[in-house]
Amino acid sequence: MYNGIKIIIGLLIFAALVTFPFYSKMGKATAKPDPKVDTPEIQKLAEKKCVEPKEFMKTEHMKMLNDWRDTVVREGNLIYVSSDGKKYTISLQNTCMNCHSNKKKFCDECHNYSAVIPYCWDCHIEPKENKT
Amino acid sequence: MSINRRQFLKIAGISTIVGLGGTTAVDLLQRNWLEAAQYSPNPKALTAKRWAMVVDVSKLKTEDDYKKIMDACHREHNVPDLGNPKDEIKWIWKETYEHAFPGQEHEYLAEGIKHKPFLVLCNHCDNPSCVRVCPTKATFKRKDGIVMMDMHRCIGCRFCMAACPFGARSFNWKDPRPFIKEENKEFPARMRGVVEKCTFCYERLAKGLKPACVEASNGALVFGDLKDPESEARKILRLNYTIRRKSELGTQPSVYYIIGGNDHA
Ligand code: HEC
Ligand code: HEC
Ligand code: HEC
Repeated sequence: MYNGIKIIIGLLIFAALVTFPFYSKMGKATAKPDPKVDTPEIQKLAEKKCVEPKEFMKTEHMKMLNDWRDTVVREGNLIYVSSDGKKYTISLQNTCMNCHSNKKKFCDECHNYSAVIPYCWDCHIEPKENKT
Repeated sequence: MSINRRQFLKIAGISTIVGLGGTTAVDLLQRNWLEAAQYSPNPKALTAKRWAMVVDVSKLKTEDDYKKIMDACHREHNVPDLGNPKDEIKWIWKETYEHAFPGQEHEYLAEGIKHKPFLVLCNHCDNPSCVRVCPTKATFKRKDGIVMMDMHRCIGCRFCMAACPFGARSFNWKDPRPFIKEENKEFPARMRGVVEKCTFCYERLAKGLKPACVEASNGALVFGDLKDPESEARKILRLNYTIRRKSELGTQPSVYYIIGGNDHA
């Protein structure tokens, strides 16, 4: 074997670099996201429920928002009748964010954790975060 | 190991079937989740077969009459004021007679018309050239005739701006957010790189309200259904001589102008 030593040292350095992100984070657990649903608007609700069941919202809210925008902008609808028969005005700014007015402590909490940056807020106006 | 053509085709065929079947199965599962959920229009929405507008220029007299109308629209829709005609974003604005109606002007035009500003906006053409050129269907014609703009699909290619003979479309060269005086929290703003224009206030119609400009115009702008002979717009069209911008181009604009001074209504 020619240059065996050099190759082995090279391989060790390579392995150390590649695994760096793993051991540098070892033992430091990232805090699990904890979206807060304690906004004034939600406190007022008799039943603290989202437009659809929580488990559905957790996994499907992005698809639902896509459907919402297409149905409003392209089909001219304005009313969403949820699976339990309640009616909601379809609007990201005026419906979702009316209840979830704590965007930083709610939407961003999960999105930062999973490194998604929805580009919606380039245009849609975020709620004013009131410190309460 | 090598495979011959026959084997390759078999494998390809089977993978296609598995692939298609797989996605359909996933789709079906997800549909079932929300079987009971539905979308519907607002029962109070204003509807028409063909929306149109009549601008009675003789009723617009002072600078303030124009400003009120333009401000109402621009405030409602978070239209920025960039303070520079090159980057300007406009949904409804003033134009001189010779620019609004080129080919109609002549040397001996009445003074009152020569120097009068004309309110212009998207014409919501029956035969819109912008819609024909849009590669993403971001701009499309609704059943009620409104030429809509879906900001979510706009890729900023500006073909529509080149196609529109009325200059009704504006491009966001810069992030407009810092230039909006007071944000209307109920309506979104726009971002750098999209084209925007008047949408005949489709979002207000859906709530049962007339367009913001019509509401602020004190009767100078009239909105109505062209296909309904009893609508206010049709009544005015019956009683007055009206013209449209560049009708010779064949786009069939649905914004009509009353130039003369005689009273109607
Ligand atoms: C009527 C008020 C209300 C509206 C409107 C509303 N939500 Fe919710 N949302 C809630 C409440 C209350 C919860 C907590 C439900 C629970 O704990 O069972 C929740 C939960 C959620 C969750 C799950 C959070 C978690 O802890 O996993 C998501 C995601 C969510 N909402 C997104 C949305 C989106 C997106 C919209 C607009 C389409 C929306 N919500 C509209 C009140 C609302
Ligand atoms: C329970 C955690 C959680 C909460 C709360 C939550 N999201 Fe999400 N959201 C996610 C995750 C995870 C994704 C990424 C999904 C993926 O990439 O498949 C996502 C994706 C999205 C997307 C699609 C982004 C893209 O680029 O495709 C949108 C839009 C979105 N969320 C909007 C919202 C809004 C608005 C709220 C607050 C009302 C909210 N979300 C609250 C977890 C959450
Ligand atoms: C380029 C600007 C822009 C971006 C980016 C954008 N939107 Fe919109 N959106 C608009 C405009 C303009 C409307 C029409 C306003 C209306 O009907 O009130 C709209 C309407 C909507 C509507 C229906 C009406 C309403 O009031 O909410 C939904 C839902 C929506 N957008 C969701 C989204 C989501 C989710 C994202 C991010 C994945 C997003 N939008 C990104 C500009 C944008």
